[in-house]
Amino acid sequence: MKILYFAWLRTKIGVATETVDLPAEVRDVGALVEWLKTRSPKHADALANSTVVKVAVNQEHVPYDHPVGPGDEVALFPPVTGG
Amino acid sequence: MTVRVQSEDFDVGAELAALTGGKTGIGGVTLFVGLVRDMAGGESVSAMTLEHYPGMTERQLEAIEAEARARWPLDDALIIHRYGRLEPGDRIVLVATASAHREAAFESCHFLIDWLKTKAPFWKMEATPEGERWVEAKESDDEAAARWTKPA
Repeated sequence: MKILYFAWLRTKIGVATETVDLPAEVRDVGALVEWLKTRSPKHADALANSTVVKVAVNQEHVPYDHPVGPGDEVALFPPVTGG
Repeated sequence: MTVRVQSEDFDVGAELAALTGGKTGIGGVTLFVGLVRDMAGGESVSAMTLEHYPGMTERQLEAIEAEARARWPLDDALIIHRYGRLEPGDRIVLVATASAHREAAFESCHFLIDWLKTKAPFWKMEATPEGERWVEAKESDDEAAARWTKPA
């Protein structure tokens, strides 16, 4: 699965994108975020407050109970501030 | 209906002329132009860098433009949003809506900028005397967008 990070999630974690092999038990966005926290202390710090971690699956905004699978492109980012 | 995401500046007059040229059924156009401010939260801002999610940005802007078309009788609409490094006074975003009547043009333009602010994947980083900082989303932006939520 391809994971993308934007804005301060990118700078805190230190990479813009990474490819991960998803454990079988990770089936939705909420479980994915919890699992990503275990990858490094930087991930754990950046993802600590899930209220400011928004998620898109295949470029659509989704809630934490949205399903995820190995072929998905998943992006994690803070609330958007364009306009 | 057009969506453009670009680092270059845009010419508002030229865009207006292109939007309306040859379409004499248009009775009015509403334009919103967003600019980089030199102050934020009491601190001076010397520059702003906009990051976005290529691919998703265009998809989201096209989706909100389609939503505006579904809600109002529009002859045309245009969204241009810049990314990269900008300075105070620089143009960030243009939203233009054209309709036979002013009410549809005004309302749809307001809707588009309110929705864009909460749905389009852009993030602003400001350079201040204290250093660089990511802009936090405002609750008032969510409230502004919620105004346009249709009753269930």
